[in-house]
Amino acid sequence: MRRAGWVGALALLCAGLLWARLAVAVDTTPPLPDPQLQQRYYELTHELRCMQCQSEALADSQVSLAADLRLQVRELLLAGQSDDQIRDHMVARYGEFILFRPRMTWRNAWLWAAPSLLMLVGGWVAWRILRARSRLVDDESGADGDAPET
Amino acid sequence: MNRFLLPLAAFAVLLVVLVVGLKRAPDKSILPSPLIGKPVPQFTLPNLFDSSKPLSSEALKGHWSLVNVWGTWCVECRAEHETLLQIKQQARVPIIGIDWKDQDEDAMSWLAQLGNPYERIGTDHDGRVAIDWGVYGAPESFLISPAGTVVYKHIGALTLQVWQQEFLPRISAAPGPGA
Repeated sequence: MRRAGWVGALALLCAGLLWARLAVAVDTTPPLPDPQLQQRYYELTHELRCMQCQSEALADSQVSLAADLRLQVRELLLAGQSDDQIRDHMVARYGEFILFRPRMTWRNAWLWAAPSLLMLVGGWVAWRILRARSRLVDDESGADGDAPET
Repeated sequence: MNRFLLPLAAFAVLLVVLVVGLKRAPDKSILPSPLIGKPVPQFTLPNLFDSSKPLSSEALKGHWSLVNVWGTWCVECRAEHETLLQIKQQARVPIIGIDWKDQDEDAMSWLAQLGNPYERIGTDHDGRVAIDWGVYGAPESFLISPAGTVVYKHIGALTLQVWQQEFLPRISAAPGPGA
């Protein structure tokens, strides 16, 4: 009796997991004929933003606009366009914001350069402080050496 | 005392920058359109009222127009509808509708019930034209110049205030009569 209960619970758990797995699969379109194309489709739909839900990728969004855009990615792939051409196609319509990974441009170059610049400035400041301290120590020990007080 | 002054000043500057940045951060639900200043996307759509005369981007040339993307499934569009009727009454620019992912019968009964502010309506059943226009949430309204250039875009329900502050000055500022 108790064993039957365990088996039942396990079955329920499995069914639940299976259902959750189905719920996760938002994109129900059949895979592209060529596995290589399918791989590119997978990557593109994961790096393009759903403009309505914003923090979701096209691949994960249930919104109908996302489905339309997935279809468009698919068609452009089948039409032989490169990944960059497809990205450009989306950016021309929706702006840079549709890319989860922003491109480096002159306008945002300072953002990319900032970490190394800050490291350089910080290193310079640290070096100045350390040098000043060691000079202080040298002076003190020098003074000690020259004029022993005891 | 002096050795704390510089770090403190640097911290104060950083604080000001961050606070100003937070206050001035643009609303993430309203995104700038890359179409501004560019020619309108080419399109041809079935005409809701007259299937023999499709609506194409050519219809937007030679005069100012207001292109409004809507759908009967869109809650905010209902709130916006009254404003569109008032703009139509002003008779400054024709309003061209793009009925986005909608059923023709639904659109017809909506217009019969609430009134029709549109001069012409193209029906975008599969949403392809809306994608070319960079539409991501109805209602969206575009101001198109006589040269067929996208001059301004408003996302969300249009109000008379927005119409008067953002749209009309852009039309009046243009040189020449009817230009």
